[in-house]
Amino acid sequence: MSYRNDPYDPKQAALLDPAALEAAVDAARQAFDAASDLDELAALKSAHLGDRGPVSLARREIGSLPPAAKSDAGKRVNLARQSVQGAYDSRQAELEIERAARVLVEERVDVTLPWNRRPRGARHPLTTLMEHMGDLFAGMGYDIVEGPELELEWANFDALNIGPDNAVRGSMDTFYVDLPGLVMRTHTSPGQVRTMLTRQPPIYVVSPGRAYRSDELDATHSPVFHQIEGLVVDEGITMAHLRGTLDHFAKAMFGPDARTRWRPHYFPFTEPSAEFDVWFAQHRDGPRWVEWGGCGMVNPKVLVAAGIDPERYSGFAFGMGVERTLMFRNGVSDMRDMVEGDVRFTTNFGMAV
Amino acid sequence: MKTSLSWLREFVELPAGLTTEQLDDALTNAGMEVESIVDQAATVRGDLVVGRVLTIEELTGFKKPIRFTTVDVGRAEPQEIVCGARNFSEGDLVAVILPGGELPGGFKIGARKTYGRNSNGMICSAAELGLSGDHDGIIVLAPDTAKPGDDARPVVGLADVLVEVEITPDRGYEMSLRGLARELSYAFDAAYTDPASIVTAPGGTAEVPYEVKLEDTVGCDRFSARVVRGIDPNAASPLWMQQRLVAAGIRTISLPVDITNYLMLELGQPMHVFDLNRLSGGLVVRRARPGEKLTTLDGVARVLDAEDMVICDDTGPISLAAVMGGETSEWQPDTVDVLLEAAHWDPVMVGRTARRHKLFSEAAKRWERGVDPQLTLVALERAVQILTEHAGGTADERVLDLDHVVAPASIALDPALPARRIGLAYDTEQVTALLSRIGGTVTGVDPLEVTPPSWRPDLLAPIDLVEEVARLGGYNDIPSLLPPARGGSGITPQQRRRRTVGRALAENGYTEVLSYPFVAPAAADQLGYPADDPRRSAVRLTNPLSEQEPLLRTSLLPTLLGTLKRNLGRGHRDLALFETGTVFLPGLTEIAPPPMGVDRRPTDEEWAAANTIVPAQPWHLAVALTGDAEPAGWWGPGRAASWADAVEAARIALAAAGVTPDRITVGADELAPWHPGRCAAISVDGTVVGHAGELHPAVVSAYELPKRTSVMELDLDALPLPPVTQAKRISSFPPALIDVALIVNRATSAASVEAALADGAGELLESVSLFDLYESDQLGEDKKSLAYKLTFRAPDRTLTTEETLAARDAAVAAVAARFGATLRGA
Repeated sequence: MSYRNDPYDPKQAALLDPAALEAAVDAARQAFDAASDLDELAALKSAHLGDRGPVSLARREIGSLPPAAKSDAGKRVNLARQSVQGAYDSRQAELEIERAARVLVEERVDVTLPWNRRPRGARHPLTTLMEHMGDLFAGMGYDIVEGPELELEWANFDALNIGPDNAVRGSMDTFYVDLPGLVMRTHTSPGQVRTMLTRQPPIYVVSPGRAYRSDELDATHSPVFHQIEGLVVDEGITMAHLRGTLDHFAKAMFGPDARTRWRPHYFPFTEPSAEFDVWFAQHRDGPRWVEWGGCGMVNPKVLVAAGIDPERYSGFAFGMGVERTLMFRNGVSDMRDMVEGDVRFTTNFGMAV
Repeated sequence: MKTSLSWLREFVELPAGLTTEQLDDALTNAGMEVESIVDQAATVRGDLVVGRVLTIEELTGFKKPIRFTTVDVGRAEPQEIVCGARNFSEGDLVAVILPGGELPGGFKIGARKTYGRNSNGMICSAAELGLSGDHDGIIVLAPDTAKPGDDARPVVGLADVLVEVEITPDRGYEMSLRGLARELSYAFDAAYTDPASIVTAPGGTAEVPYEVKLEDTVGCDRFSARVVRGIDPNAASPLWMQQRLVAAGIRTISLPVDITNYLMLELGQPMHVFDLNRLSGGLVVRRARPGEKLTTLDGVARVLDAEDMVICDDTGPISLAAVMGGETSEWQPDTVDVLLEAAHWDPVMVGRTARRHKLFSEAAKRWERGVDPQLTLVALERAVQILTEHAGGTADERVLDLDHVVAPASIALDPALPARRIGLAYDTEQVTALLSRIGGTVTGVDPLEVTPPSWRPDLLAPIDLVEEVARLGGYNDIPSLLPPARGGSGITPQQRRRRTVGRALAENGYTEVLSYPFVAPAAADQLGYPADDPRRSAVRLTNPLSEQEPLLRTSLLPTLLGTLKRNLGRGHRDLALFETGTVFLPGLTEIAPPPMGVDRRPTDEEWAAANTIVPAQPWHLAVALTGDAEPAGWWGPGRAASWADAVEAARIALAAAGVTPDRITVGADELAPWHPGRCAAISVDGTVVGHAGELHPAVVSAYELPKRTSVMELDLDALPLPPVTQAKRISSFPPALIDVALIVNRATSAASVEAALADGAGELLESVSLFDLYESDQLGEDKKSLAYKLTFRAPDRTLTTEETLAARDAAVAAVAARFGATLRGA
């Protein structure tokens, strides 16, 4: 379309007046800024930026200008147009940010609402404690060995130098069954006997597991309990190695302040033998020595019964009650809590101990 | 072993200011378990003084006779005291605790008004002072033992420190003052006097005071005896002896019996006293004849065993040797002539006899742990001296001593062995010094020849001597050193599997329990096992804790259900429990294992034969569920646990064990204790490894469980170990999804339909999932609709519609061919 031949109409050209253009831009900016949301803003768009908007109408008047004025007027109109568009865009951006923020506020929920639709279970602390202990020794190169709970009397007693006249073989201490030559193992040591019979030294093993003694269940005794026992048979093994191993174990279980104290004791399967206490700084009744287990150098008679040359090899063994450890390490005051299977006791521990 | 510090001090020069802590440490480090150390002076607080009773006024009109007394307690004014006892007179010396004092047990004494009179303090009985409960009434002190106002503690025997220790079974010598003092002399490096060296005992004489025939020198390798005639039967034991016996927890009986007990405590030599005039004819020491009878001092008529040793006279057995005397020959209140016996008995025999007859006397405890065989004559001489000193009489100069004791053999000790085993550099000089100190005789150089002292029958091998070196040298001086690191294999695949299975179940809502494996015989009926069910065959404990539960479980379910029930009883409603543990499956044989000695390794054949009789004890896994598997909440209703959760628990466990779904089949089965229509057999590679589903209603009712309780049990050890998993190629091409709804008979299992779909669809099928199950007679009688989403994908291309449809059609055709299925809506 060309207006080249249109007669010049000064009235029409008034829209191109710089002041008029400026007024149009101001009016548009004010209108846009007054829009309170994106819908209002959109509704104002055609009035200021549409074909009938002041700037668009001013553009139409350019044709009526003398050629010399056209370029100047065109620049003014373009600037005005850009200003109006800019005002629109910036207001739109502002309103979009406002809307986004409002949406976030509107979508607020109560994040404290419970959502335990899939209840979690828990592992028994005796299990996790035994795994923790086993892992520690596995990390030191020990293997974890097991054996049957209904065990050969020979492996549970005789092979460990617990002779036929030892009182612990009586029915006051040991469960017997209606099959000859078998007992409910009274400790996890027969697992170590089995290891010595089937492997050659060097032997580095721990045997965690269940053991049985015919005690009535009370706050501190259970006829079914758990132990972890360790056995090392190698050349040049000394009591110092036993001490180092137990000190390391104690620190891993009870923290860097833990240390052990030995008291001479008697076990048929070790010579020399000791009971050992651990210094437990976190005890709920205050720091103290707590009896933890028994240990000693493997009695040469035990090595002989397992076919290991006691002249060439020596070894150490130790054992402690897992329940006992849990009792003082984790503040369990009653043995019955560990055996009755009340889910509240176990759930308290979750997956770790 | 209980005794007092003052008695110990007679034989070892302990430091004057010895604290109970030092004493505790010394005894503990010697290898004794300290049961208690009680400073008696501290058990009664405040003023415990000697008082003289000045006046006694009998108060009447009360339920029991009451005395109002005035007592001179060494103060300006007599003390007014009300007393309920009646065994004292005016002028008697008594023990008075004054107001402000405190008796054992926290009983505080104050001035108070009682029975209408003022009572300022209390006249004490022995029981009130914590001394003994043997005597009635208050303590009446011997005249002139003290003056009013003196501290009464030393006078009543409350100035001592009482020590109670437990002795390990290898150290019989510590069950005596002689041994305890010796141990303490090491700890404090203190001078020691052997109580056995106080007197010089005459040796056996050719002529004997009484005829004794020793027939079994294995059961008794020494028998010594003395005779004293004409003692005063009314002579009482001296107070110091009574106090020491009471402190040791031994009742005082009579002077002759008290003397034997006193010397047993002091020397460690148990003795026996016979009434000479009640013996008929010479004594014979021999094994009992089977079935022979003897009524022991406790009044029990006992049938003897051929292993028991007895002392007999013409009438037959009169004493169960080393354990307890018989009624007929025992000291009596009118006994004037006594035969004192001190012997040495075989510890193994005594141990067996004591256990057989359940007679764990003080003497038996010492014999079992080992008694010095060289004490008999010393003990007899001491007994004769004390007896004649306090009861008069004449000691027969003849001494019987039948001695068959074999001297202890010397032990050849490599002087470097202690250092090699202990890890502390003990040199020969130190080793020699320490072993000499415990009474050993050390000769030779390399090896050292060490002869243990007669009181140490426990020292038999070089390692026993090493222990003494370590113990006396101090256990706590041993350095702490880790053995060199070495290669290990880590935990085994089976161990790892148990862990991951446990963890997976816990993460899926199950709580682990550890049940005792003991079950009642009735459990097999409660679980509905058929008569010939192998699970009925259980190992039986011969000495169960509860006669009701003598069997070892063959399934985890009965014990797990017991735990479930206990939780229900404690108010829990929604429960999901799991347990991993062993079950005990007896084999068919009941043959005994071959006898295996300990002087060598069993042969491979012996070991294998022995192990064939050990029942299989596989690890099982079981779960039990009741209540809601998913709880109700603000989000809506909960979901009740069902048979399906139990089956899913098996899948969770199998997945955690590394068994891929393609190796698992779930099929309908009928097995107790499950509901016959809601029991799934779980198979891996075609082998049944367990069952899951809802419990049979009869079982639910027998165990009184909530309806629909569901359980699962798997044999974990039957699972194949996971292979090395091969990576699967992941296609980057898009999938093609097609849904099919198939109408089949209701009896057709979903698993079999899915298997048929998979077989028919061929390699392009990536996955099948059932998204709808619809049962309605509108589909036809006994029909159901199963709607599946089939996902197809090719590894190397985008599938065309034609290819996808062809695969879909093939899948449907396979189901149609196998089960007569029709496409729904077709």
